[in-house]
Amino acid sequence: MIFFLAIASISERNMYGFEALTFNIHGGYLEAIVRGHRAGLLTTADYNNLCQCENLDDIKMHLSATKYGSYLQNEPSPLHTTTIVEKCTLKLVDDYKHMLCQATEPMSTFLEYIRYGHMIDNVVLIVTGTLHERDVQELLEKCHPLGMFDSIATLVVAQNMRELYRLVLVDTPLAPYFSECLTSEDLDDMNIEIMRNTLYKAYLEDFYKFCQKLGGATSEIMSDLLAFEADRRAVNITINSIGTELTREDRKKLYSNFGLLYPYGHEELAICEDIDQVRGVMEKYPPYQAIFSKMSYGESQMLDKAFYEEEVRRLCLAFEQQFHYAVFFAYMRLREQEIRNLMWISECVAQNQKSRIHDSVVYMF
Amino acid sequence: MSGAAIHASSWAAALVRISPYTFSAIGIAISIGVSVLGAAWGIYITGSSLIGAAIEAPRITSKNLISVIFCEAVAIYGVIVAIILQTKLESVPSSKMYDAESLRAGYAIFASGIIVGFANLVCGLCVGIIGSSCALSDAQNSTLFVKILVIEIFGSALGLFGVIVGIIMSAQATWPTK
Repeated sequence: MIFFLAIASISERNMYGFEALTFNIHGGYLEAIVRGHRAGLLTTADYNNLCQCENLDDIKMHLSATKYGSYLQNEPSPLHTTTIVEKCTLKLVDDYKHMLCQATEPMSTFLEYIRYGHMIDNVVLIVTGTLHERDVQELLEKCHPLGMFDSIATLVVAQNMRELYRLVLVDTPLAPYFSECLTSEDLDDMNIEIMRNTLYKAYLEDFYKFCQKLGGATSEIMSDLLAFEADRRAVNITINSIGTELTREDRKKLYSNFGLLYPYGHEELAICEDIDQVRGVMEKYPPYQAIFSKMSYGESQMLDKAFYEEEVRRLCLAFEQQFHYAVFFAYMRLREQEIRNLMWISECVAQNQKSRIHDSVVYMF
Repeated sequence: MSGAAIHASSWAAALVRISPYTFSAIGIAISIGVSVLGAAWGIYITGSSLIGAAIEAPRITSKNLISVIFCEAVAIYGVIVAIILQTKLESVPSSKMYDAESLRAGYAIFASGIIVGFANLVCGLCVGIIGSSCALSDAQNSTLFVKILVIEIFGSALGLFGVIVGIIMSAQATWPTK
């Protein structure tokens, strides 16, 4: 009958609008939990309280009234900013692990995808640290807990990219992203940055394809969020590689092949030689024109904050719809932004530079 | 035998030779079965969201059970109509079993069952989805509960429409007298 047809059509690839019928079978509980966590994110009032603090113990006291309370209460009194950040990250990891262990396919794959970005960052951190001859233990402590995998410590042994792949990364989920990176070149700072960007590009494209396959509201909202991420990375790569030895073709190879800027914006960005040219390119796209118009000419420090604010705005909008997976991605990103905010506030307070607090705090609600 | 000339081996003849009791029985089964399907579907949609949301906001549990009760009402409508329909079944002597009037009674019970069943199916779904959103919104902002409840009440009226029409249909299920 009719309802059997309806169920058959929505079970495999979600028809946009009918996910409400079957989403809650596997995802209802976790979606409700993640929305509960979202209610615990710090508001503008909380940030105002934190900005008034005189020292880190005050910050700890204010945070004890929030969801971070149980993580910070046992810390001994001379607090460091790194401790605060570490404990808050621990909360994020606990939330994530709780959701991951309850999730079924395809939500569990979706949640795993959220970690790969951190894995890439950790790999680059360890390889760069080894290059500069830092201690392995110290590097491992600085790694993001969400991006840890079993054989991460063996990264210190690798001498070039091929070894990196063959010894360690072939067993990790990052293996398919390496196909463009396999050269026998030695690892130096420039190559490591190129490797990071190539890996991240492959990861974003893979994630994008996966979301497209999921269909429905998930694919629509995630496409928007990932496209913004890809475009932001393109702009950052362009700005950071102005004046370096990265050629135009190499630069163009680092841009992802989706997003608002693909393909014509990428053509124009690849030939940019200074920030005003970048601004000229970006102002042709209405969503980004709003961002660039907030900055005066020649100023690029505020660009990071403007991008973060736009990202937070889009992430908050993801919560407006129900019955899709993008709320999980949005929650993880919003928490990470909140931890960045807390780090900035703690650093400003610890160094007595409270006038600069508002430079970099991105308010969410 | 009915008025219009029906060829003995056409589909129309085959349909007309199905016993009206078959149609009646299927109608009664659909009335209760599909209603309960709708109610159950709605309850699980609401329930899973309610459980998850109540972890961070325990205050919402007692109020949001209303959503579950609205879904349950849909199943009760199906039971009531099924009971009413089965009281309409009467024995008819086999000489009159394929009379026009018997067929009409059989079809009336069948139609009544389908009406009630499918109206309750979509009503249960509707109330369930709204109940899920209601639980999640209430957890964030408790002033929203009553407003979303109004939407749910309108949704549950759909099942009631089905029950009313179904009962009217079944009232004309009069079998031929002996």
